[in-house]
Amino acid sequence: MNSVVTIIAQRLALGLLTLLIVSIVIFAAVNMLPGDFAELILGQGATPEAVTAIRSDLGLDQPPVARYFTWLGGVMQGDLGNSFAQANFANFAGADVNSGLTSVADQIRPRFANTMFLALVTAAIAVPLSLTLGVLAALFRNSLFDRIANVGTLTSISSPEFFLAYVLILFLAVLNPWLPSLSNIYDGMGFGERLQRTLLPALTLTLVVTAHMMRMTRAAIINLLASPYIEMARLKGLSPMRVILRHALPNALAPIINVVALNLAYLITGVVVVEVVFVYPGIGQLFVDSVKIRDIPVVQACCLIFAAAYILLNLTADILSILSNPRLRHPK
Amino acid sequence: MTRISRRGLLRTGAAAGVLAASGLPLRAQAKRGGRLRVGLNGANTSDSWDGRSIADMFMIAAAHGTVFDCLTEVAADGSLVGELATDWEASPDAKTWTFNLRSGVTFHNGKAFGADDVLESLQLHMAEGSKSGARPIVEPITEMKKTGPLQVQFTLANGNADFPYLMSDYHLLIYPAGQIEEAISQGIGTGLYAVESFEPGVRFVGKRVDGHYKDGQAGWFDEVEFIAINDQTARMNAVLTGQVDAINRIDVKTEALLKANPMIRVVDSPNNQHFTFPMLTDIAPFGDVNVRRALKHGINRQEMVDKILLGHGSVGADTPIGPANQYFADLEPPAYDPDKSKFYLKEAGLDSIDIDLSASSAAFDGAVDAAQLYQASAAPGGININVVQEPADGYWSNVWIKKPFCACYWGGRATEDWMFSSAYAEGVPWNDSQWDSKDNARFQELLIAGRAELDSAKRREIYTEMQVILRDEGGVIIPMFANFVEAVSTKIGTPDKIGNLWQLDNTRFAERWWMA
Repeated sequence: MNSVVTIIAQRLALGLLTLLIVSIVIFAAVNMLPGDFAELILGQGATPEAVTAIRSDLGLDQPPVARYFTWLGGVMQGDLGNSFAQANFANFAGADVNSGLTSVADQIRPRFANTMFLALVTAAIAVPLSLTLGVLAALFRNSLFDRIANVGTLTSISSPEFFLAYVLILFLAVLNPWLPSLSNIYDGMGFGERLQRTLLPALTLTLVVTAHMMRMTRAAIINLLASPYIEMARLKGLSPMRVILRHALPNALAPIINVVALNLAYLITGVVVVEVVFVYPGIGQLFVDSVKIRDIPVVQACCLIFAAAYILLNLTADILSILSNPRLRHPK
Repeated sequence: MTRISRRGLLRTGAAAGVLAASGLPLRAQAKRGGRLRVGLNGANTSDSWDGRSIADMFMIAAAHGTVFDCLTEVAADGSLVGELATDWEASPDAKTWTFNLRSGVTFHNGKAFGADDVLESLQLHMAEGSKSGARPIVEPITEMKKTGPLQVQFTLANGNADFPYLMSDYHLLIYPAGQIEEAISQGIGTGLYAVESFEPGVRFVGKRVDGHYKDGQAGWFDEVEFIAINDQTARMNAVLTGQVDAINRIDVKTEALLKANPMIRVVDSPNNQHFTFPMLTDIAPFGDVNVRRALKHGINRQEMVDKILLGHGSVGADTPIGPANQYFADLEPPAYDPDKSKFYLKEAGLDSIDIDLSASSAAFDGAVDAAQLYQASAAPGGININVVQEPADGYWSNVWIKKPFCACYWGGRATEDWMFSSAYAEGVPWNDSQWDSKDNARFQELLIAGRAELDSAKRREIYTEMQVILRDEGGVIIPMFANFVEAVSTKIGTPDKIGNLWQLDNTRFAERWWMA
């Protein structure tokens, strides 16, 4: 068990280092984009005086390195800072005016909860679906069903997300008005309605992640079906379904869990396009809006969350595959 | 019997200040009830109820059109009516303006409206170092005083006949005095709808106020919901699937799909929004009026309207005054004629000319295509345009007024003086052609003269002459005026006349429309 703890500690330390590098890259990238917050918020009406005034209010006139370390210092103490939009509003309206958004953390929290909700709904559909498809495809391999499942999932993973989204909108919202094309969920909405509104983006994401999980399930099981102990089970006269579920699946779990965790990470970090298409108020849309106005504190915080989700779920994938495989738990 | 047109009455009325209690016509078919859902673009996570920082469609509609009121309001037919003011009067030199305010108006928190609210609200924009978008409007006010509980008086540095018009600007919202900070954070105004919930960049819900002074004239819905949909395709889908009742800015390329749906009407309104190619007249070769004339004859305006706007617009005559302006001269635009281009180039002592034209989709949808059309049409006249595609990011800070010749757009202004003062007056920051008295001294004189002139007939003369000067000599090529193209569900009733100063009935759809 000690080895597992060591691995977790090592990976977490490496993860922190990765986060630091990510934050530097993002900060540099956003600063390299033409235009800054002051110019973009003023748009066509940007007079040099107004731009200078906003820049000095927000500290944008400081050199980038100094700004980065000020930000990093805050983050080290758990303070993600105030968004430029909020700081600018405070300068307009007086610092004591409450705009309803006090910090980046307050701004991100409800959006992140929405994104997590979407990820959970998607996972609840995609994981059982792809496991079932994978098991059935392994059971009836090289049959017509297997081919259809393969072609279908591979086609959907090969299409860009916005295309899948529009295809779903066309068939499930425009031609047959079953589901709403607009997923603008908000606080105080009943769970049923919230679920209904989330269904189309969740289905789109399901189409994107199913192929990977289903193919891995199928491959892992087929790989085991050639083993002598499976042949033994079959010779005992067990039904093919029972052979696969009781004998093959438990041993195939490690790679499957690995792939499931990787795809869950994608559900948090890869939702940007889907959220924009469906107007879903999640973290991806906040990210896009913030990049648009170069609101660096919000962009940085979103990226950190994306990176952290990726690192943590990758770590979880590794840990779970170690735990589910006794041979890895007891290295010789 | 003499017939007095509404507009004529108002023009002369600008001096006399004679106005009915409210100019909103009664609509027999309008009825109360229902919930309006509208999908709007121009929403940002930085949105707030602060009039000083409002700049985009979503908040203009939510603040100016729904939750707050201004002193005056531009009616759907372009005339000016009172909103929180009932009538107004100017001194003969148009320097002193007295506004009588409406009695019996209350804010959403119950506070009664009075003269102090007006003074304190306008003070926000006038304060030293204010970054308000309305600073240029309020800057000429030298003194503002309360002359009664429901009367305020403004003294201006120079006469301005359009002053009451300027008071309808969407930045100049009236907040409750002494509670302005609270009003900005929560959205407390005198408008027809009180804020029920507001999430910046996501959604706004307003609930109809009981016992409002516009009862029976406007405010037909029980509730209004504005949904932020910045993505054009998502907006079109939302109206197609009936999830919203109206959207602004549809994609004209896919307009046919909307038209095929019997539940949707496409509303097309000509207005003051124009797409332009400004050149810096202080930089060679654009300082030479003959070069400018050659360029004016080198552009095929009708082709631009047909191919870039797909017919949703009209040709421009190089003046920024459009169909929603009072003194729109409707001039004949310079004809597309390569021979004339050659002729004027010869006058300038040139056989041909090579120029760079910077364009980007940030200027307007299809700006790069428009620049390429210009390139093709100008070539036979000896004008070799090299189209430089600029990044959309930072276009307004790095290209506009920096590069000598570029693409640009203007939303237009309610009044001639406002438009000219924003972009054609000597030395103003947004003068994107560096147009000054070296180019044409007469124009700058007329601008000052027209501003203080209260006589409508004389103003028409002045503004017509100014438009002719710009057409013949100006440094901005204005090939087209683009319509607002919007989609509205047939479940929604709209008045016969829809305002065209801003999108969606002057952003007053929550007030003026109803459930059919």
